[in-house]
Amino acid sequence: MALEKSDVENIAHLARLAIGEEDIPAYAENLSNILSLVEQMSSVDTSGVTPMAHPLDMAQRLREDVVSEPNQREHLQAHAPAVENGLFLVPKVIE
Amino acid sequence: MHNNTIAELAAGLRVGEYTSEELTRAYLERIKQLDGEFNSYITVTEEQALAQAREADARIAAGESGPLLGVPIAHKDIFCTDGVRTSCASKMLDPFIAPYDATVVRKFKDAGVVMLGKTNMDEFAMGSSNETSFYGPVKNPWDKTAVPGGSSGGSAACVAARLAPGATGTDTGGSIRQPAALCGITGLKPTYGRVSRYGMIAFASSLDQAGPMARTAEDCALMLGVMAGFDERDSTSLEKAVPDYTAELNNDLTGLKIGLPEEYFGEGLDPEVAKSIEAAIEEYKKLGAEVVRLASPTPTWRYPPTTWSPPPSAPLTSRGWTGCASATAVKSPGISKTSTSAHVARASVAR
Repeated sequence: MALEKSDVENIAHLARLAIGEEDIPAYAENLSNILSLVEQMSSVDTSGVTPMAHPLDMAQRLREDVVSEPNQREHLQAHAPAVENGLFLVPKVIE
Repeated sequence: MHNNTIAELAAGLRVGEYTSEELTRAYLERIKQLDGEFNSYITVTEEQALAQAREADARIAAGESGPLLGVPIAHKDIFCTDGVRTSCASKMLDPFIAPYDATVVRKFKDAGVVMLGKTNMDEFAMGSSNETSFYGPVKNPWDKTAVPGGSSGGSAACVAARLAPGATGTDTGGSIRQPAALCGITGLKPTYGRVSRYGMIAFASSLDQAGPMARTAEDCALMLGVMAGFDERDSTSLEKAVPDYTAELNNDLTGLKIGLPEEYFGEGLDPEVAKSIEAAIEEYKKLGAEVVRLASPTPTWRYPPTTWSPPPSAPLTSRGWTGCASATAVKSPGISKTSTSAHVARASVAR
């Protein structure tokens, strides 16, 4: 699958990236190469191959739903640039 | 003493040939004199190092003996270190002082190992040349016009330049093994799950693994013995006993089969590199290993999973940095300020 110039422009817009007009062909080629690599992998016949998620047999561990961490609010906030009444202050991003 | 291995330094400390404080001061002095050329450290933690060294000396004086007690090493700046800047070589994290220790860091502390500082790396571990660090590129100590490899390039360079006898690294798709090779030291990516990832800034969580970097296999075995082990704070940590990695160092390799994928020995391979690898293969044969040359059944296999797995993982693990005030903002034409802000807000909420 080959990407068109307009695809690259759209992806760049969605990712909030500024791309120079002259760089678009190179990006289109690189991204198309990735897609063709994925197509190549999809073409491999994997029927009869047992999927392997991990080389060692492991099950997801569960733990009791209990409080395991002590309250460290002051310690954790000590390095923050701005805090007030125990809350982190962040720059306003929504007008 | 900077030319000694970790094993030799640990032995010297045990018999009182020198104190940990003397050893630590010697390395700090070398770093001061030489690292301007190599840029292998981002942060040197002189005060903390000397305090830790004095504590180790007190433990030795009290009769304690651990395999690495009092030995100084360096940590890749990807590991959280309580009270010390943890930048991941990024401008975004330049002001970040970690409020806790990564499990790997804590384990070395408990073992009485001294931290000399935090080593340079590719930004967020995404790179193989150590040229992408916010703190400038690292030079290969053997040839300053050459790259040290990456992403654990600072760790590899500081060990090669004898600015630390060992250092920690992390490896997602070669980030320990490749710089170790390029700097002429020994590095090991342990089996996934062997070493805790708690407090280690993620790149591709299903592949990231911490490992030792040092001059010899013995030193790596000693370091891994400290680093490895189950950690309930890492949900993919392996619940298996840690063997004594030094126990089998001198065994021969009879019964071990080594496969050599032919694709890696074709066009584009530097003759000098080929010669070194062939020499290593001969060495393995002498030690009793069986070497089998094999061809991959499909061309796809020429690309290791690390070619395609980290790219989709990286945006997920890194999305928390979206909208960082110190991030280098790229203005995109045609995107209004409002839509950019809304995007930042969404990214924060998603997290």
